[in-house]
Amino acid sequence: MRVLAAGVAYGAWAAMSFAQTATSADYAIAHAKIFTLVSAPIEDGTVVIHDGKIAAVGANLSVPAGVNVIDAKGLQVYPGLFDPITQMGLSEIAAVRGTVDTTETGPFNPDAVAATAVFPSSTHIPVTRAAGITEVMAVPASGGFDSGGASSLVGGQASVFYLAGWTMDDMAIRRNAAMVIDWPQIETQSFDVSTFTRKEKPYTDAKKEYDKQVEQLADYFEQARHYAQVLDKAGSVSFERDVKLEAMAPVVRGEMPVLVFADRARDIRDAVEFCDKQKVRMILAGGEEAGKVKDLLRSKSVAVILRPTLGQPAEEDDAYDRLMTQPSELEAAGVKFAFGSFDNSFARRLGQQAGNAVAHGLGYEEALKAVTLYPAQILGLDGQLGTIENGKVASLIVTTGDPLELTTEIKYLFIKGQLTSTNNRQKDLYQKFAGRPKTGH
Amino acid sequence: MNAWMKVLVALAAVGVGASAICGAENAPSAILIRNATILTVSHGTIEKGDVLIKDGKIAAVGTSVKAPADAQVIDAAGQFVTPGIIDCHSHIAVDGSVNEGSVSVSSMVNIADVVNSDDIAIFRDLAGGVTTANVLHGSANAIGGQTLVIKLRWGQPPDKLPFEGAKPGIKFALGENPKRSNFRTPGTPDRYPATRMGVEETIRGAFTEAKDYKKSWDDYNKRVAAGEKNVIPPQRSLKLDPLVEVLEGKRYVHAHCYREDEILMLLRVAKEYGFKVQTFQHVLEGYKVADEIAAAGTGASTFSDWWAYKVEAYDAIPYNAALMTQRGVLVSINSDDAAEATHLNQEAAKSMLYGGMSHDDALKMVTLNPAIQLGIDKRVGSIDVGKDADLVIYNHDPMSAYAVVQKTLIDGRVYFDRNKEIAGRGALEQEKKDLLAKAKKAAEKEKKPDEADEKKGEKKPEEKKPEEKPKPPHVEDERGGAK
Repeated sequence: MRVLAAGVAYGAWAAMSFAQTATSADYAIAHAKIFTLVSAPIEDGTVVIHDGKIAAVGANLSVPAGVNVIDAKGLQVYPGLFDPITQMGLSEIAAVRGTVDTTETGPFNPDAVAATAVFPSSTHIPVTRAAGITEVMAVPASGGFDSGGASSLVGGQASVFYLAGWTMDDMAIRRNAAMVIDWPQIETQSFDVSTFTRKEKPYTDAKKEYDKQVEQLADYFEQARHYAQVLDKAGSVSFERDVKLEAMAPVVRGEMPVLVFADRARDIRDAVEFCDKQKVRMILAGGEEAGKVKDLLRSKSVAVILRPTLGQPAEEDDAYDRLMTQPSELEAAGVKFAFGSFDNSFARRLGQQAGNAVAHGLGYEEALKAVTLYPAQILGLDGQLGTIENGKVASLIVTTGDPLELTTEIKYLFIKGQLTSTNNRQKDLYQKFAGRPKTGH
Repeated sequence: MNAWMKVLVALAAVGVGASAICGAENAPSAILIRNATILTVSHGTIEKGDVLIKDGKIAAVGTSVKAPADAQVIDAAGQFVTPGIIDCHSHIAVDGSVNEGSVSVSSMVNIADVVNSDDIAIFRDLAGGVTTANVLHGSANAIGGQTLVIKLRWGQPPDKLPFEGAKPGIKFALGENPKRSNFRTPGTPDRYPATRMGVEETIRGAFTEAKDYKKSWDDYNKRVAAGEKNVIPPQRSLKLDPLVEVLEGKRYVHAHCYREDEILMLLRVAKEYGFKVQTFQHVLEGYKVADEIAAAGTGASTFSDWWAYKVEAYDAIPYNAALMTQRGVLVSINSDDAAEATHLNQEAAKSMLYGGMSHDDALKMVTLNPAIQLGIDKRVGSIDVGKDADLVIYNHDPMSAYAVVQKTLIDGRVYFDRNKEIAGRGALEQEKKDLLAKAKKAAEKEKKPDEADEKKGEKKPEEKKPEEKPKPPHVEDERGGAK
């Protein structure tokens, strides 16, 4: 590693109040091309990191003595990538029940908080980090193979955290970032993971079931609203505590957004109408057919966290590339969106997902923002994350090139200003077996 | 069939019909692809190069290639031409389940019997540059069903899909799937094997039987050849015939596996019974025993970066392909999944990052290497004179996330043309709308007599069962609301 102690006299640095307190934990990344995502990329620029924050960024900055300098000539600096939908730390090995804590039983689990069950020593964390991802949101009941087919209506609270730290207390950015709602589906066909069989149901039955579930959800919100009203009067009235409804209070008060998983256009329409009626802020998760309701999403200012572009559209007669062209369609319609991996082991494909959307018409800068700034904005964390600006948390990556490209290497990675290892179990296994003596079989 | 169903059937045909336009066109006898960066795979890159196709075969490759006057010219300036992508592990174009999961040895069943040429996955993979796929039985059984190599000739009937002359194969499976660790066929009792020990014994048991069976046929044939009369032939076994073909080298073994121990197990069993394992599939721990795989001359067909979905995939590393290649194993990258197949070029490129593979070696893993693994490299896998004109034209270097397939050719015929596909979408949408309008009209007509009945009051209200009235189904739901 080319980290050198700087002996350079300070210039711009001197103006800063903390110049005297520069410590060995401070860094300057010098001579890099810096993609701040606020203004045009800075050629031969420097980022100064002090006390975990970005202290300065620009060209021709000099740095004070005692600061570790990384000569990043030929390298590029970006904000760390932010994967807003994962099961990070909630699932280690999808097929092994004992390692999976993604989905609670029963339809209503608003008091289940992801951060409670995130395993800080999960092997997935360093593996994901090596792909340049510095923050994630772990989302309970987010479906997929890891859920074992279980589903709930109110899935629990999603938590945002850094991919580094000894405990969740170090890692947490926001434990109660969003309330997960798994929007019901009219399921005429379903795939049962436990038996590996397809089950069919008449449409009318499926629709009835759907309507019933939506009604249940509305009732639950109604209960929660009443409960919140009682809470507001706590002291003057006596009431029986209900930890589940208590967890819903910030939602019905409009303080916590709901993260609604829905993919089909008609489900999205129903969900938007529901959230509008309930006066809660909705973030759409999944959105396979978001493009078909883009005007509605824009008019209601609903942001979308898109599931992977590298998938197959649900309808046989959909355009084959619809999932990949959809991001550019949303961009043109003015709908805010971010990319999510919706996974653990495939979280490292986040950049690839965005890159493929660029190949199908999405603006490059928009794609970059959709894996950095936009997830932060959608979750209300852009005050601290998402761009390289003075005062923001120093969460950034130093790369050999474009982070959306397949062959780009993450050379250095900073989380909360700390130079964080990109090593992991997979690299260790590679080293170990690359060193196996040649056998004479 | 009511009016709605008829329309639904018609609708289903729209997608197929329209997309098949390319396939239905007769290929011109000569095509010249001009001014492209040609990634030949076998002999380097040709800048501003041309490929001449004649009668479905590659007739010339180079710069300033002369073409017959009537040749159709494709100007590919700024674009990249590669051999067609070959997916060594696919389950597309199969009608119904890919697993005959009721028995541990299902060698009697054959994918060739259930080819579905209407599977939309064929078209989508073709649009991702795939021209050839090794269509495999599932991995539920230690010895699974017979497999089939196909070309993705979208729009052609089922009997035109098989890759002519490609050696047939059979699927084997080791580890968690055949021992039914993670799921079970509903309504069936526990099945032998339940351990990796049992998986080995299932295979040994089957080959012991197959050897005896072969011997009884060999004896019979010898006696008949010697002129002996009235010899009673042994009983045919549809289960053992394919295994005899394996012993005789007439059928490839494609073995699904994960862990290092089970990889070595199968190599031992193969040695004991005298057959060759043609490829290990998935082989996510192949990097641990790469020397042994290389020494056996067995190929490895693996994923780019899949891991952790089950215990036997926990030691999977994205360096697997590169490390096995460094140790002398012939490696391909496969999909196992219709969606993954649409970007196999990108999956191959990841080995340039994970393990420092060269650009050309990475591209080989989805072209020439799988062709060799499937024994079809004399026909496909590289851009060489005499080979089938199975080609992909990309707008960008295919080892990049920014590459999009522009055209896919099979046998010198353009089966996928992105521009034409996009241009045709409006007409397709209109046709769909028209059909829906027609359906609504028909449904209204059907409804009217009922309403008339109600008005006349000919039936007593309690006799009516409104909930049983055929309601027009929501179109979306009739055709797969599966998630």
